[in-house]
Amino acid sequence: MNFPKELKYTKDHEWVKIENDIAVIGITEFAQRELGDIVYVEVETVGETIAAGEVFGTVEAVKTVSDLFMPLEGEIIEFNEELESSPELVNDSPYESGWMIKVKFSGEVPSDLLSFEEYSELVGG
Amino acid sequence: MSENIKKIQLNDLHVALGGKMVPFAGFNMPVRYSSDTEEHHTVRQGVGVFDVSHMGEFKVTGPKALSLIQKVTSNDASKLVIGQAQYSCFPNETGGIVDDLIVYKFGEEEYMLVVNASNIEKDWNWINKHNDMGATLENISESISLFAIQGPKAIEAVQSLTSVNLSDIKFYHFAVGDFAGVQDVIISGTGYTGAGGFEVYVKNEDAEKVWNAVFEAGKPYDIKPIGLGARDTLRLEMGYCLYGNDINDETSPIEAGLGWITKFTKDFINSENLKKQKENGVNKKLVGFILQEKGIPRGHYPIVNLDGEPIGDVTSGTMTPSMGVGIGMGYVKSEYATPGTEIAITVRNKNLLAKVEKFPLYKK
Repeated sequence: MNFPKELKYTKDHEWVKIENDIAVIGITEFAQRELGDIVYVEVETVGETIAAGEVFGTVEAVKTVSDLFMPLEGEIIEFNEELESSPELVNDSPYESGWMIKVKFSGEVPSDLLSFEEYSELVGG
Repeated sequence: MSENIKKIQLNDLHVALGGKMVPFAGFNMPVRYSSDTEEHHTVRQGVGVFDVSHMGEFKVTGPKALSLIQKVTSNDASKLVIGQAQYSCFPNETGGIVDDLIVYKFGEEEYMLVVNASNIEKDWNWINKHNDMGATLENISESISLFAIQGPKAIEAVQSLTSVNLSDIKFYHFAVGDFAGVQDVIISGTGYTGAGGFEVYVKNEDAEKVWNAVFEAGKPYDIKPIGLGARDTLRLEMGYCLYGNDINDETSPIEAGLGWITKFTKDFINSENLKKQKENGVNKKLVGFILQEKGIPRGHYPIVNLDGEPIGDVTSGTMTPSMGVGIGMGYVKSEYATPGTEIAITVRNKNLLAKVEKFPLYKK
Protein backbone atom coordinates (compact mmCIF):
# COMPACT_ATOMS: atom_id res chain seq x y z
CA MET A 1 0.00 0.00 0.00
CA ASN A 2 1.10 3.52 -0.70
CA PHE A 3 1.95 5.81 2.25
CA PRO A 4 3.95 8.79 0.98
CA LYS A 5 7.08 9.49 3.02
CA GLU A 6 6.57 13.23 3.19
CA LEU A 7 3.21 12.96 4.96
CA LYS A 8 2.32 12.59 8.62
CA TYR A 9 -0.39 10.20 9.78
CA THR A 10 -2.82 9.58 12.63
CA LYS A 11 -4.07 6.42 14.28
CA ASP A 12 -7.49 7.34 12.88
CA HIS A 13 -6.09 6.86 9.35
CA GLU A 14 -5.85 10.49 8.32
CA TRP A 15 -2.85 11.95 6.57
CA VAL A 16 -1.49 15.49 7.03
CA LYS A 17 0.65 17.44 4.64
CA ILE A 18 2.31 20.41 6.28
CA GLU A 19 3.09 23.42 4.10
CA ASN A 20 4.30 26.29 6.32
CA ASP A 21 1.26 27.17 8.47
CA ILE A 22 -1.23 25.28 6.32
CA ALA A 23 -2.06 21.61 6.82
CA VAL A 24 -3.82 19.66 4.08
CA ILE A 25 -5.75 16.69 5.45
CA GLY A 26 -7.28 13.58 3.94
CA ILE A 27 -7.69 9.87 4.64
CA THR A 28 -5.15 7.19 3.80
CA GLU A 29 -5.03 4.52 1.14
CA PHE A 30 -5.64 1.99 3.92
CA ALA A 31 -8.72 3.87 5.12
CA GLN A 32 -10.32 4.18 1.70
CA ARG A 33 -9.70 0.49 0.99
CA GLU A 34 -11.23 -0.54 4.28
CA LEU A 35 -14.26 1.68 3.75
CA GLY A 36 -14.91 0.72 0.14
CA ASP A 37 -16.70 3.07 -2.23
CA ILE A 38 -16.95 6.52 -0.70
CA VAL A 39 -20.36 7.96 -1.54
CA TYR A 40 -20.52 11.09 0.59
CA VAL A 41 -18.13 13.45 2.33
CA GLU A 42 -19.73 16.04 4.60
CA VAL A 43 -17.72 18.91 6.04
CA GLU A 44 -19.73 21.80 7.44
CA THR A 45 -17.07 23.25 9.69
CA VAL A 46 -15.31 25.62 7.31
CA GLY A 47 -14.46 28.78 9.24
CA GLU A 48 -14.43 27.01 12.58
CA THR A 49 -11.43 26.43 14.78
CA ILE A 50 -11.41 22.87 16.02
CA ALA A 51 -9.20 21.14 18.57
CA ALA A 52 -7.03 18.14 17.77
CA GLY A 53 -8.98 14.90 18.11
CA GLU A 54 -12.37 16.56 17.58
CA VAL A 55 -14.71 15.70 14.72
CA PHE A 56 -14.57 17.97 11.67
CA GLY A 57 -16.76 16.01 9.29
CA THR A 58 -18.11 12.67 8.16
CA VAL A 59 -17.20 10.24 5.42
CA GLU A 60 -19.79 7.74 4.26
CA ALA A 61 -19.13 4.57 2.32
CA VAL A 62 -21.86 2.34 0.92
CA LYS A 63 -22.15 0.46 4.21
CA THR A 64 -20.60 2.69 6.83
CA VAL A 65 -20.52 6.16 8.36
CA SER A 66 -17.23 7.33 9.91
CA ASP A 67 -16.27 10.49 11.72
CA LEU A 68 -13.30 12.51 10.52
CA PHE A 69 -10.98 13.74 13.27
CA MET A 70 -8.72 16.78 13.39
CA PRO A 71 -5.09 15.66 13.47
CA LEU A 72 -4.09 19.06 14.88
CA GLU A 73 -5.79 22.18 16.16
CA GLY A 74 -6.53 24.91 13.69
CA GLU A 75 -9.04 26.85 11.63
CA ILE A 76 -10.59 25.02 8.70
CA ILE A 77 -10.13 27.37 5.78
CA GLU A 78 -11.18 25.20 2.87
CA PHE A 79 -13.15 22.08 2.03
CA ASN A 80 -12.42 20.26 -1.21
CA GLU A 81 -15.71 21.02 -2.94
CA GLU A 82 -14.91 18.61 -5.77
CA LEU A 83 -15.86 15.90 -3.28
CA GLU A 84 -19.46 17.13 -3.18
CA SER A 85 -20.09 15.88 -6.68
CA SER A 86 -17.26 13.32 -6.89
CA PRO A 87 -16.71 11.64 -3.51
CA GLU A 88 -15.08 8.72 -5.37
CA LEU A 89 -11.94 10.91 -5.70
CA VAL A 90 -11.16 9.78 -2.15
CA ASN A 91 -10.92 6.21 -3.46
CA ASP A 92 -9.21 7.05 -6.73
CA SER A 93 -6.66 9.51 -5.41
CA PRO A 94 -6.61 9.66 -1.60
CA TYR A 95 -3.45 11.80 -1.38
CA GLU A 96 -3.99 14.13 -4.32
CA SER A 97 -7.40 15.09 -5.72
CA GLY A 98 -9.14 13.31 -2.82
CA TRP A 99 -7.82 15.70 -0.16
CA MET A 100 -10.53 16.86 2.25
CA ILE A 101 -9.68 20.05 4.12
CA LYS A 102 -7.05 22.74 4.52
CA VAL A 103 -6.36 23.96 8.03
CA LYS A 104 -4.55 27.06 9.16
CA PHE A 105 -2.71 26.21 12.31
CA SER A 106 -0.69 28.22 14.75
CA GLY A 107 1.58 26.64 17.23
CA GLU A 108 3.50 23.46 16.98
CA VAL A 109 2.80 20.41 14.88
CA PRO A 110 1.68 17.82 17.46
CA SER A 111 4.44 15.36 18.29
CA ASP A 112 2.06 12.39 18.32
CA LEU A 113 1.56 12.44 14.55
CA LEU A 114 3.00 9.30 13.01
CA SER A 115 5.74 9.04 10.42
CA PHE A 116 5.07 6.87 7.38
CA GLU A 117 7.14 4.06 8.97
CA GLU A 118 5.10 4.17 12.17
CA TYR A 119 1.85 4.29 10.26
CA SER A 120 2.82 1.44 7.94
CA GLU A 121 3.63 -0.63 10.98
CA LEU A 122 0.28 0.29 12.58
CA VAL A 123 -1.73 -0.98 9.61
CA GLY A 124 0.48 -3.99 9.06
CA GLY A 125 2.60 -2.82 6.17
CA MET B 1 -18.97 -15.39 18.51
CA SER B 2 -15.70 -14.41 16.81
CA GLU B 3 -13.83 -17.33 18.37
CA ASN B 4 -15.94 -19.93 16.60
CA ILE B 5 -16.72 -18.16 13.37
CA LYS B 6 -17.65 -20.58 10.62
CA LYS B 7 -16.27 -20.82 7.14
CA ILE B 8 -18.29 -21.54 4.05
CA GLN B 9 -17.03 -24.27 1.72
CA LEU B 10 -15.33 -21.92 -0.77
CA ASN B 11 -13.86 -19.53 1.81
CA ASP B 12 -10.30 -19.87 0.47
CA LEU B 13 -11.41 -19.40 -3.10
CA HIS B 14 -13.08 -16.09 -2.21
CA VAL B 15 -9.91 -14.92 -0.47
CA ALA B 16 -7.90 -15.86 -3.58
CA LEU B 17 -10.37 -13.86 -5.70
CA GLY B 18 -9.59 -10.79 -3.61
CA GLY B 19 -12.75 -10.95 -1.54
CA LYS B 20 -12.67 -8.91 1.64
CA MET B 21 -13.98 -11.31 4.26
CA VAL B 22 -15.99 -10.00 7.19
CA PRO B 23 -17.88 -11.75 9.95
CA PHE B 24 -21.59 -11.84 9.11
CA ALA B 25 -24.22 -13.95 10.86
CA GLY B 26 -21.51 -16.14 12.38
CA PHE B 27 -19.74 -16.80 9.09
CA ASN B 28 -16.78 -15.25 7.34
CA MET B 29 -18.37 -13.83 4.22
CA PRO B 30 -17.10 -11.85 1.23
CA VAL B 31 -18.41 -8.29 1.59
CA ARG B 32 -16.82 -7.13 -1.68
CA TYR B 33 -14.24 -8.17 -4.25
CA SER B 34 -13.59 -4.86 -6.01
CA SER B 35 -16.15 -2.15 -5.37
CA ASP B 36 -19.67 -2.25 -3.93
CA THR B 37 -20.93 0.12 -6.60
CA GLU B 38 -19.38 -1.70 -9.55
CA GLU B 39 -20.64 -5.02 -8.24
CA HIS B 40 -24.10 -3.52 -7.86
CA HIS B 41 -24.10 -2.35 -11.49
CA THR B 42 -22.78 -5.73 -12.66
CA VAL B 43 -25.88 -7.41 -11.24
CA ARG B 44 -28.34 -4.76 -12.45
CA GLN B 45 -26.92 -4.72 -15.98
CA GLY B 46 -25.06 -8.00 -16.55
CA VAL B 47 -24.55 -11.05 -14.39
CA GLY B 48 -22.89 -11.68 -11.04
CA VAL B 49 -22.67 -14.53 -8.54
CA PHE B 50 -23.12 -14.38 -4.77
CA ASP B 51 -21.94 -17.20 -2.57
CA VAL B 52 -24.69 -17.30 0.02
CA SER B 53 -23.81 -20.70 1.42
CA HIS B 54 -24.25 -19.38 4.94
CA MET B 55 -28.03 -19.67 4.48
CA GLY B 56 -29.73 -22.52 6.35
CA GLU B 57 -31.70 -25.39 4.85
CA PHE B 58 -34.08 -27.72 6.67
CA LYS B 59 -35.76 -30.73 5.08
CA VAL B 60 -39.30 -31.37 6.28
CA THR B 61 -40.64 -34.76 5.22
CA GLY B 62 -43.22 -37.38 6.01
CA PRO B 63 -47.01 -37.47 6.19
CA LYS B 64 -47.07 -34.60 8.70
CA ALA B 65 -44.70 -32.32 6.79
CA LEU B 66 -47.36 -29.99 5.43
CA SER B 67 -49.25 -29.75 8.69
CA LEU B 68 -46.08 -28.64 10.53
CA ILE B 69 -45.30 -26.06 7.85
CA GLN B 70 -48.85 -24.78 7.95
CA LYS B 71 -48.64 -24.36 11.69
CA VAL B 72 -45.33 -22.50 11.84
CA THR B 73 -45.46 -20.36 8.70
CA SER B 74 -47.76 -17.47 7.81
CA ASN B 75 -48.22 -18.16 4.09
CA ASP B 76 -50.48 -20.95 2.85
CA ALA B 77 -48.17 -23.79 1.80
CA SER B 78 -51.15 -25.93 0.76
CA LYS B 79 -51.34 -23.75 -2.33
CA LEU B 80 -47.91 -24.87 -3.51
CA VAL B 81 -47.54 -27.29 -6.40
CA ILE B 82 -44.52 -29.55 -6.71
CA GLY B 83 -41.69 -27.47 -8.16
CA GLN B 84 -42.92 -24.25 -6.62
CA ALA B 85 -41.44 -22.09 -3.87
CA GLN B 86 -43.07 -19.57 -1.54
CA TYR B 87 -41.85 -16.63 0.51
CA SER B 88 -43.13 -16.88 4.06
CA CYS B 89 -42.34 -16.12 7.68
CA PHE B 90 -42.42 -17.81 11.08
CA PRO B 91 -44.62 -15.64 13.28
CA ASN B 92 -43.90 -15.90 17.02
CA GLU B 93 -46.52 -16.05 19.75
CA THR B 94 -46.12 -12.44 20.81
CA GLY B 95 -46.73 -10.60 17.55
CA GLY B 96 -43.22 -10.62 16.06
CA ILE B 97 -41.35 -12.66 13.50
CA VAL B 98 -38.91 -15.49 14.29
CA ASP B 99 -37.50 -15.38 10.76
CA ASP B 100 -38.46 -15.02 7.12
CA LEU B 101 -37.90 -17.96 4.81
CA ILE B 102 -38.61 -19.69 1.52
CA VAL B 103 -40.63 -22.93 1.43
CA TYR B 104 -39.86 -25.33 -1.45
CA LYS B 105 -42.22 -28.17 -2.36
CA PHE B 106 -40.46 -31.25 -3.77
CA GLY B 107 -43.27 -33.74 -3.21
CA GLU B 108 -46.52 -34.19 -1.30
CA GLU B 109 -44.48 -35.23 1.72
CA GLU B 110 -41.22 -33.49 0.98
CA TYR B 111 -40.40 -29.83 1.58
CA MET B 112 -37.34 -27.70 2.21
CA LEU B 113 -37.22 -24.50 4.27
CA VAL B 114 -34.48 -21.98 3.53
CA VAL B 115 -33.77 -19.67 6.45
CA ASN B 116 -31.40 -16.85 7.38
CA ALA B 117 -27.91 -17.82 8.51
CA SER B 118 -28.14 -15.72 11.64
CA ASN B 119 -31.25 -17.60 12.73
CA ILE B 120 -30.44 -21.24 11.90
CA GLU B 121 -30.26 -22.37 15.50
CA LYS B 122 -33.21 -20.27 16.66
CA ASP B 123 -35.39 -21.48 13.77
CA TRP B 124 -34.36 -25.09 14.23
CA ASN B 125 -35.31 -24.97 17.91
CA TRP B 126 -38.54 -23.15 17.08
CA ILE B 127 -39.85 -25.64 14.53
CA ASN B 128 -38.79 -28.62 16.63
CA LYS B 129 -40.62 -27.16 19.61
CA HIS B 130 -43.81 -26.91 17.53
CA ASN B 131 -43.46 -30.27 15.83
CA ASP B 132 -45.99 -32.06 18.04
CA MET B 133 -47.49 -33.72 14.97
CA GLY B 134 -44.29 -35.65 14.24
CA ALA B 135 -42.94 -34.43 10.90
CA THR B 136 -39.42 -35.59 10.09
CA LEU B 137 -36.92 -32.76 10.33
CA GLU B 138 -33.36 -32.66 9.11
CA ASN B 139 -30.98 -29.70 9.29
CA ILE B 140 -28.81 -29.95 6.16
CA SER B 141 -27.41 -26.39 6.39
CA GLU B 142 -23.82 -27.48 6.83
CA SER B 143 -23.73 -29.74 3.77
CA ILE B 144 -25.28 -27.36 1.23
CA SER B 145 -23.71 -24.54 -0.75
CA LEU B 146 -25.90 -21.90 -2.39
CA PHE B 147 -24.94 -19.65 -5.27
CA ALA B 148 -27.18 -16.84 -6.46
CA ILE B 149 -26.54 -16.18 -10.15
CA GLN B 150 -28.25 -12.86 -10.65
CA GLY B 151 -28.75 -10.29 -13.39
CA PRO B 152 -30.45 -9.89 -16.76
CA LYS B 153 -27.76 -11.99 -18.47
CA ALA B 154 -27.84 -14.83 -15.92
CA ILE B 155 -29.79 -17.32 -18.01
CA GLU B 156 -27.79 -16.73 -21.16
CA ALA B 157 -24.50 -16.94 -19.29
CA VAL B 158 -24.97 -20.41 -17.85
CA GLN B 159 -27.60 -22.11 -20.04
CA SER B 160 -24.83 -24.22 -21.59
CA LEU B 161 -24.21 -25.91 -18.22
CA THR B 162 -27.58 -27.64 -17.98
CA SER B 163 -30.13 -29.59 -19.98
CA VAL B 164 -32.88 -27.80 -18.04
CA ASN B 165 -34.31 -24.94 -20.09
CA LEU B 166 -33.60 -22.10 -17.68
CA SER B 167 -36.05 -19.69 -19.25
CA ASP B 168 -38.83 -22.18 -18.42
CA ILE B 169 -38.18 -21.77 -14.69
CA LYS B 170 -40.72 -19.19 -13.62
CA PHE B 171 -40.27 -16.79 -10.73
CA TYR B 172 -40.52 -18.71 -7.44
CA HIS B 173 -40.46 -22.06 -9.21
CA PHE B 174 -37.58 -24.51 -9.43
CA ALA B 175 -36.25 -27.56 -11.22
CA VAL B 176 -34.02 -30.37 -10.01
CA GLY B 177 -31.57 -31.40 -12.71
CA ASP B 178 -28.03 -31.62 -13.97
CA PHE B 179 -25.87 -28.52 -13.70
CA ALA B 180 -22.18 -28.29 -14.55
CA GLY B 181 -21.96 -32.07 -14.72
CA VAL B 182 -23.46 -32.50 -11.25
CA GLN B 183 -26.76 -34.34 -10.80
CA ASP B 184 -29.71 -33.27 -8.62
CA VAL B 185 -28.89 -29.59 -8.42
CA ILE B 186 -31.82 -27.45 -7.30
CA ILE B 187 -32.16 -24.59 -9.80
CA SER B 188 -34.51 -22.02 -8.32
CA GLY B 189 -36.07 -18.93 -9.87
CA THR B 190 -35.42 -16.86 -6.78
CA GLY B 191 -32.97 -14.22 -5.61
CA TYR B 192 -32.72 -11.14 -3.49
CA THR B 193 -31.85 -8.53 -6.09
CA GLY B 194 -34.84 -7.92 -8.36
CA ALA B 195 -32.41 -8.24 -11.27
CA GLY B 196 -33.59 -11.63 -12.53
CA GLY B 197 -31.65 -14.88 -12.50
CA PHE B 198 -31.74 -17.89 -10.23
CA GLU B 199 -30.12 -19.67 -7.33
CA VAL B 200 -28.48 -23.11 -7.33
CA TYR B 201 -28.27 -25.40 -4.31
CA VAL B 202 -25.42 -27.91 -4.51
CA LYS B 203 -23.72 -30.28 -2.11
CA ASN B 204 -20.55 -28.87 -0.56
CA GLU B 205 -18.37 -31.46 -2.30
CA ASP B 206 -19.61 -30.18 -5.69
CA ALA B 207 -19.41 -26.49 -4.83
CA GLU B 208 -16.01 -25.73 -6.29
CA LYS B 209 -16.72 -27.60 -9.52
CA VAL B 210 -20.01 -25.75 -10.01
CA TRP B 211 -18.57 -22.34 -9.10
CA ASN B 212 -15.69 -22.77 -11.55
CA ALA B 213 -17.98 -23.99 -14.33
CA VAL B 214 -20.27 -20.98 -13.83
CA PHE B 215 -17.35 -18.58 -14.15
CA GLU B 216 -15.96 -20.40 -17.18
CA ALA B 217 -19.34 -20.39 -18.95
CA GLY B 218 -20.00 -16.81 -17.93
CA LYS B 219 -16.69 -15.44 -19.10
CA PRO B 220 -18.05 -14.06 -22.42
CA TYR B 221 -20.74 -12.27 -20.37
CA ASP B 222 -18.18 -10.74 -18.00
CA ILE B 223 -19.58 -12.60 -15.03
CA LYS B 224 -18.19 -11.44 -11.67
CA PRO B 225 -18.28 -12.51 -8.03
CA ILE B 226 -20.44 -10.17 -5.95
CA GLY B 227 -20.18 -9.47 -2.24
CA LEU B 228 -22.74 -8.89 0.47
CA GLY B 229 -22.27 -5.11 0.22
CA ALA B 230 -23.91 -5.01 -3.21
CA ARG B 231 -26.45 -7.59 -2.09
CA ASP B 232 -27.66 -5.10 0.50
CA THR B 233 -27.96 -2.13 -1.88
CA LEU B 234 -29.71 -4.31 -4.49
CA ARG B 235 -32.28 -5.65 -2.04
CA LEU B 236 -32.88 -2.23 -0.54
CA GLU B 237 -33.67 -0.74 -3.96
CA MET B 238 -36.34 -3.42 -4.27
CA GLY B 239 -37.63 -2.99 -0.71
CA TYR B 240 -36.95 -6.59 0.31
CA CYS B 241 -36.84 -6.95 4.09
CA LEU B 242 -33.64 -7.94 5.84
CA TYR B 243 -34.21 -9.90 9.03
CA GLY B 244 -32.59 -8.14 11.97
CA ASN B 245 -32.96 -4.74 10.29
CA ASP B 246 -36.48 -4.35 8.93
CA ILE B 247 -38.19 -7.25 10.64
CA ASN B 248 -37.42 -8.92 13.96
CA ASP B 249 -38.91 -10.64 17.01
CA GLU B 250 -41.03 -7.58 17.72
CA THR B 251 -42.31 -6.42 14.33
CA SER B 252 -45.49 -8.01 13.07
CA PRO B 253 -45.82 -9.18 9.47
CA ILE B 254 -48.80 -6.84 9.08
CA GLU B 255 -46.74 -3.84 10.20
CA ALA B 256 -43.91 -4.97 7.94
CA GLY B 257 -46.09 -4.94 4.82
CA LEU B 258 -45.99 -8.73 4.69
CA GLY B 259 -49.76 -9.08 4.69
CA TRP B 260 -49.42 -10.69 1.28
CA ILE B 261 -47.63 -13.67 2.85
CA THR B 262 -49.93 -13.80 5.87
CA LYS B 263 -52.90 -15.93 4.85
CA PHE B 264 -55.88 -16.47 7.08
CA THR B 265 -57.09 -19.39 4.98
CA LYS B 266 -55.61 -21.60 7.74
CA ASP B 267 -54.61 -21.40 11.41
CA PHE B 268 -51.00 -20.81 12.35
CA ILE B 269 -49.06 -19.56 15.36
CA ASN B 270 -50.55 -16.25 16.49
CA SER B 271 -52.88 -16.12 13.49
CA GLU B 272 -55.83 -14.84 15.52
CA ASN B 273 -53.90 -11.85 16.75
CA LEU B 274 -52.51 -11.07 13.32
CA LYS B 275 -55.97 -11.37 11.81
CA LYS B 276 -57.19 -8.76 14.28
CA GLN B 277 -54.31 -6.51 13.30
CA LYS B 278 -55.20 -6.89 9.67
CA GLU B 279 -58.86 -6.08 10.33
CA ASN B 280 -58.34 -3.26 12.81
CA GLY B 281 -55.24 -1.75 11.30
CA VAL B 282 -51.84 -1.25 12.89
CA ASN B 283 -50.27 1.82 14.46
CA LYS B 284 -47.04 1.72 12.50
CA LYS B 285 -46.06 0.54 9.07
CA LEU B 286 -42.86 -0.23 7.25
CA VAL B 287 -42.42 2.15 4.32
CA GLY B 288 -39.81 2.91 1.72
CA PHE B 289 -38.64 6.46 1.18
CA ILE B 290 -36.40 8.46 -1.10
CA LEU B 291 -34.44 11.43 0.19
CA GLN B 292 -35.19 14.70 -1.57
CA GLU B 293 -31.96 16.29 -0.34
CA LYS B 294 -28.32 15.24 -0.32
CA GLY B 295 -27.58 12.79 2.46
CA ILE B 296 -27.73 9.14 3.40
CA PRO B 297 -30.25 7.61 5.79
CA ARG B 298 -28.97 4.81 8.02
CA GLY B 299 -30.50 2.29 10.41
CA HIS B 300 -31.80 3.81 13.70
CA TYR B 301 -31.87 7.41 12.43
CA PRO B 302 -35.09 9.10 13.63
CA ILE B 303 -37.94 9.79 11.20
CA VAL B 304 -39.86 12.99 11.95
CA ASN B 305 -42.81 14.81 10.41
CA LEU B 306 -42.44 18.25 8.82
CA ASP B 307 -42.97 19.83 12.25
CA GLY B 308 -39.99 17.89 13.54
CA GLU B 309 -42.05 15.56 15.74
CA PRO B 310 -40.83 11.95 15.98
CA ILE B 311 -42.93 9.51 13.92
CA GLY B 312 -40.62 6.51 13.59
CA ASP B 313 -37.17 5.10 12.88
CA VAL B 314 -35.12 4.10 9.88
CA THR B 315 -34.42 0.36 9.72
CA SER B 316 -32.20 0.26 6.59
CA GLY B 317 -30.68 2.96 4.45
CA THR B 318 -28.02 3.57 1.87
CA MET B 319 -26.96 5.63 -1.11
CA THR B 320 -28.45 3.78 -4.04
CA PRO B 321 -25.90 3.12 -6.78
CA SER B 322 -28.64 2.90 -9.43
CA MET B 323 -30.19 6.28 -8.67
CA GLY B 324 -27.44 8.14 -6.81
CA VAL B 325 -29.72 9.28 -3.99
CA GLY B 326 -30.31 8.31 -0.39
CA ILE B 327 -33.02 5.66 0.05
CA GLY B 328 -34.25 3.69 2.99
CA MET B 329 -36.93 1.77 4.80
CA GLY B 330 -38.37 2.40 8.22
CA TYR B 331 -41.42 2.23 10.43
CA VAL B 332 -43.64 5.29 10.62
CA LYS B 333 -46.96 6.00 12.31
CA SER B 334 -49.59 4.69 9.94
CA GLU B 335 -50.98 8.13 9.07
CA TYR B 336 -47.62 8.90 7.40
CA ALA B 337 -47.41 5.65 5.42
CA THR B 338 -49.22 6.74 2.26
CA PRO B 339 -46.94 6.98 -0.78
CA GLY B 340 -46.25 10.61 -1.58
CA THR B 341 -46.27 11.73 2.06
CA GLU B 342 -43.44 14.08 2.93
CA ILE B 343 -41.41 13.11 5.96
CA ALA B 344 -37.92 13.96 7.18
CA ILE B 345 -34.98 11.89 8.28
CA THR B 346 -32.77 13.21 11.05
CA VAL B 347 -29.21 12.89 9.80
CA ARG B 348 -26.64 14.26 12.27
CA ASN B 349 -29.10 16.75 13.82
CA LYS B 350 -30.44 17.96 10.49
CA ASN B 351 -33.87 17.02 9.22
CA LEU B 352 -33.60 16.08 5.55
CA LEU B 353 -36.75 16.00 3.44
CA ALA B 354 -37.82 12.58 2.17
CA LYS B 355 -40.85 11.21 0.38
CA VAL B 356 -42.63 7.95 1.12
CA GLU B 357 -42.53 5.80 -2.02
CA LYS B 358 -44.03 2.52 -3.16
CA PHE B 359 -41.68 -0.45 -3.53
CA PRO B 360 -39.61 -1.07 -5.51
CA LEU B 361 -37.76 2.18 -4.88
CA TYR B 362 -35.76 1.53 -8.03
CA LYS B 363 -37.98 1.33 -11.06
CA LYS B 364 -36.45 -0.05 -14.22
